Amino acid sequence: MINLTIDGRKVECSPGQTVLEAARIAGIHIPTLCHHESLKPYGACRFCIVEVTRRGRTRMTTSCTMPAAEGMEVATETDKVMKIRRILAELMLARCPHSDAVIELAAELGVHQTRFPRPTITENCPVGEHGECILCGMCVRICDDVMNVGALAFEGRGGYRRVTTPFHEPSDICRLCGACESICPTGSIRQAHITDRPPVDIPFEYEQGLMNRKPIYLQFPQAVPRVPVIDAKSCMNFKTEGCKICEDNCEAQAIDHSVEDEIKEIKVGTLILATGFDIFDSREILRYGYGRFPNVINALEFERLSHASGPTSGKLLKKDGEPPKSVGIIHCVGSRDENHQVYCSRVCCMYSLKFAHLVREKTEAEVFNFYIDMRAFGKGYEEFYKRLLSEEVNFIRGKVAEITDMATSEAEEGKLVVVCEDTLLGLVRRVPMDMVILAAGLKPGSDSDKLAQIFGMSKSADGFFLEKHPKLAPVDSTSDGIFLAGACQGPKDIPDSVAQGAAAAAGALSLLDKGSIILEPITASINEDLCGGCKICVANCPFTAVEYDEEKGVSVVIEELCKGCGTCVASCPAGAAQQENFEDKQIFSEIQGVLS
Amino acid sequence: MPDESFEPTIVGFLCQWCSYTGADLAGTSRMQYPPNLRAVRVMCTGRVDPTFVVQALADGADGVLIAGCHPGDCHYNEGNYRTMRRYPLLLKLLDQFGIDKDRVRLEWISASEGEKFARVVTQMTERLKELGPLNWKERSEQYCGAV
Repeated sequence: MINLTIDGRKVECSPGQTVLEAARIAGIHIPTLCHHESLKPYGACRFCIVEVTRRGRTRMTTSCTMPAAEGMEVATETDKVMKIRRILAELMLARCPHSDAVIELAAELGVHQTRFPRPTITENCPVGEHGECILCGMCVRICDDVMNVGALAFEGRGGYRRVTTPFHEPSDICRLCGACESICPTGSIRQAHITDRPPVDIPFEYEQGLMNRKPIYLQFPQAVPRVPVIDAKSCMNFKTEGCKICEDNCEAQAIDHSVEDEIKEIKVGTLILATGFDIFDSREILRYGYGRFPNVINALEFERLSHASGPTSGKLLKKDGEPPKSVGIIHCVGSRDENHQVYCSRVCCMYSLKFAHLVREKTEAEVFNFYIDMRAFGKGYEEFYKRLLSEEVNFIRGKVAEITDMATSEAEEGKLVVVCEDTLLGLVRRVPMDMVILAAGLKPGSDSDKLAQIFGMSKSADGFFLEKHPKLAPVDSTSDGIFLAGACQGPKDIPDSVAQGAAAAAGALSLLDKGSIILEPITASINEDLCGGCKICVANCPFTAVEYDEEKGVSVVIEELCKGCGTCVASCPAGAAQQENFEDKQIFSEIQGVLS
Repeated sequence: MPDESFEPTIVGFLCQWCSYTGADLAGTSRMQYPPNLRAVRVMCTGRVDPTFVVQALADGADGVLIAGCHPGDCHYNEGNYRTMRRYPLLLKLLDQFGIDKDRVRLEWISASEGEKFARVVTQMTERLKELGPLNWKERSEQYCGAV
């Protein structure tokens, strides 16, 4: 460790650290514009100048480039230092009169105006439209040293020095990472100065793309474990092996870019499949205009909009930032529809009612529910429906034909017109709306086919996993030891999913607790006296449960591996293989029985 | 002319995981289909020995239905593939006996296809009504003398 004195205080730092870093450890403030943890010291702005005394000699030097040394005495706020800083501030103010960072720093030093004239700024400078560039080189250094891109460089000398791209042309190697823009202390560089390609947004999946995120982000506020993740597709480190600024900033040193995906094999006794569902893609119904009209949103987008931690902090706003005056909620989008999903998704009626309640609570808007049938089947649900009827929510019974922006009257101008049949009035109605929420149904997960093959699941006609028996074994699957929970087995709401999850857990635990499983008495066996050793059964067994015994010259069934399909029995030309409880003579008698 | 009053008898070898459950579903969904099918449950269509089919026809069945999981969905991974290969050979044999190939049918019916099960049984019953009774016993007596 190195011991030095800063402003009379003893400071301890590790070898290799600079005086500026040592001062920051001690909590002593030294102003600077061009220092960053991830960049090498450069000493461009000179604001961090200090007086250093070592071995009896005193000199003025920038603390960011001065390595700390044993016995060093540093003074950061002597009259001489402050005088130099104030002159620097005046010069900087003359060059960058509009920069907030410079004005703030100058004010901190007691400088509010400059005695110097504004220097002539190089014409056509691509960087710093107002000449706000202080030539600290942070953008050049971060692009070159940290991001490993090198799209920017200094050119010219003296008064003609400036930051620019090669040949002053839009850069074709810029990775659009935005590091230059975010690190610039005066805010003078823009990505548009460097490249003509537009910035690439990274939509935040959890916020349904209603806001953007960074390549390193927390997936959602309640994530378990609550740690950020890195999106390898957009992280600069995975493109150029550079950046790693997050690693530099992480005090706990918890970030490691070299970690790779790994496949872990875990042996388990039982399994619970709770793989959930996908939401119906409302784009499939073209006439509802989802994806075409900005104010036609789906249920999950509304959830984020109305949530206090969402993109609008819980304010229900249209895309233009205004609160809606009327909101339509369309039920059964994709559900109970011969063209899409014939089944009822069960949850949409109740969440639509919740939405109606939230809109009434948060705004002054009129709410219209367009429904086919109101299915308020659960505990307390019908009461909630009754309550909404008294909250002046409008209910129109009829399937919506289309949503259009073609106005036929003045009242419809600039609105979304919901065209539907009101079956209770016997009329076709056109209802103008500011915002329309589509209560999209639930459908089987897009990966459910693959999962079904991996786990040997059967699927019902609607594509959800099939339970062993609808009444007697509603959480078991046809594969022993695999249980089903939640919407992978069929659409269900939260209380039902929780109940089924608990039942599946109990089923799994009871198997684990026993520690043994009971096999059905249907395994195959081979009569050694009859077996001719043809090995047809060995080739036919899907589970490699039949082995050939070289010594005896016969095939043998390994009982633990046998699942009891009986394929070997049917293929045995000698009749030596038999399946317990499905023996040939038993089946022959059964045939005789059913035919008598 | 087919005999209107003739009611064929069909023996169905149904796999426990798909078609037997599918038949169960047709029942619990109260679907209507002719009562001509008599089901024999096997664990897998792979267990269906061709001699079962021949025995069923010999014992008086007018047709035999073998029904199992769709290819790729077999509970035992590949039991139904074995059946798929045995079936054409069986048809060849039956053809030599002078038995119409429509009398023995192989169908893939999953546990969710109760409606398909009812449809297959209905179609098969209608086809067997057209073909008329098999009369295996009388025929074999006619050609080979009493067995």
